[in-house]
Amino acid sequence: MNQVLVDGEATGEVFVLERPLSFWGGYNPETGIIVDAAHPQHGDSLAGRIVAMPHGRGSSSSSAVLAEALRLGTGPAAIVLGEPDQIVITGVVVARMLYGVECPVVVGAIPIDARGEWRVSRAGPEPVE
Amino acid sequence: MRLTENDRALLAGDAGEAAAMAMNLVVTVGEAMGAASLIDITGAHVDSCLYHGLVSLEFAERLAASGGKVAVPTTLNVASLDLLHPDLVRRDPETTKRAKALMDAYVAMNCLPTWTCAPYQLHDRPRFGEQIAWGESNAIVFANSVLGARTNRYGDFLDICCAVVGRVPAFGLHTDEGRRATVRIVVNVPDRWLDDDLIYVALGHLLGQEVGTEVAVVSGLDDRADEDRLKALGATAASSGAVGLFHVAGVTPEAATVDEACQGKSPTRTLTVDETALRRAIADLSSTLTRLGAVSVGTPHASLQEIQRIAHLVSGRQTRVPFYINTGRDVLADAELAGLVAPIESFGARFVTDTCTYITPIMEVPAGAVMTNSGKWAYYAPGNLGVDVVLGGLADCVESAAIGQIVLRGLR
Repeated sequence: MNQVLVDGEATGEVFVLERPLSFWGGYNPETGIIVDAAHPQHGDSLAGRIVAMPHGRGSSSSSAVLAEALRLGTGPAAIVLGEPDQIVITGVVVARMLYGVECPVVVGAIPIDARGEWRVSRAGPEPVE
Repeated sequence: MRLTENDRALLAGDAGEAAAMAMNLVVTVGEAMGAASLIDITGAHVDSCLYHGLVSLEFAERLAASGGKVAVPTTLNVASLDLLHPDLVRRDPETTKRAKALMDAYVAMNCLPTWTCAPYQLHDRPRFGEQIAWGESNAIVFANSVLGARTNRYGDFLDICCAVVGRVPAFGLHTDEGRRATVRIVVNVPDRWLDDDLIYVALGHLLGQEVGTEVAVVSGLDDRADEDRLKALGATAASSGAVGLFHVAGVTPEAATVDEACQGKSPTRTLTVDETALRRAIADLSSTLTRLGAVSVGTPHASLQEIQRIAHLVSGRQTRVPFYINTGRDVLADAELAGLVAPIESFGARFVTDTCTYITPIMEVPAGAVMTNSGKWAYYAPGNLGVDVVLGGLADCVESAAIGQIVLRGLR
């Protein structure tokens, strides 16, 4: 079931987080890179990507880190969540309020082995043919 | 969302630009989360005073400059500076200026300058059943689980906006239904293990990984799970997962029994935690380095009871490595009155207030691993500071510092 949490449309290379990530302490908003040393995708970039995560995790400062990344242009192009997450939504809504940066957030499913270009819209996440 | 006349007036700007901006965020996020209405809160704890870049400052200054004032008593989380010990912080002047401006903006909105991540250690703390809006993941889980107050997981920006309007979206952990345990965790270890602080850290680590955002009820613990140990459990669970509430049967206030925590329903699954799982969790959080570089304790902020324990442990000894104790300025004042500060400082430890060693550049690059009693510090410090971490109980942290080598007498 798809559910739109923050409206918008975006296209980008899909990136499925193998484990939940705390944006604060886990992600550098200046580079867009995962810095959580214990995360299996440590060193990978989320910048400009369609990021899928089962649920949020960790710090309540993640709203600010996500908003800062969106301000700097190193944030995800869109976020696909397994369930609604207030901390993620807040960061995205504030980036839109302050800077007009769009980052749609939807509840939906992307297979763990998904690759290539995906689009996120009101219809949910789908691969670009 | 169903709004009251007063909610709509705030949204329309009748109470000023700041209240409208705050209500706009509260309603937008509440609608996205599927809340049907807003409810009143009696207090808030704001995490947004910690500097994460220009967005932190631009948001706060916009709210403060347009007349934002909190509508309920509001405490402030750790920030990016130690105002009581400014010489400890080694940060560039520009960031320091912005971090200070951010702190000033929140004080200008009438938030209380408590600067602690453990507001539940303040003399005035939420009572059972109170509806509150708290930020800071460890404080959220403590307020819900140990105090029985009710808060969702509020991120930066939303915490202050809820405080300004005195309202929150009614869903999740604010409701009876949202507080029902759906997962049961049975701790099955030898009785003497429950005397070891590290068990609670290890259990928190497993809990966060296993349950994610669900509510769990833990059985097999007893009143040895005191506030400091529940603090450690919750803080670690809120780092490895998104835990906002856990129950401990026979210990926490909404769980006289497992059945009460589950509100008479059956849990959807049951997990058993044994010695092997706990040992693995400790190993997960700990590097295998053998050289000691420094010690940092008090994440979340050390309580008066923990400072008492440290004062007892350090008696007549001297640390051989840099030793930091993070605590709240109010707790430090109480510790000073109780005569606990002088013996700890003569041991050679430094108190850090208003902030924490893993979010602010305080430590010199250590010549070895940093030892800590905190699962949360162990989780975040490697990414934030680039250090290796060894996890040990409070007594082992002091013993290691005194002899200058890592000593692990606790469970492994």
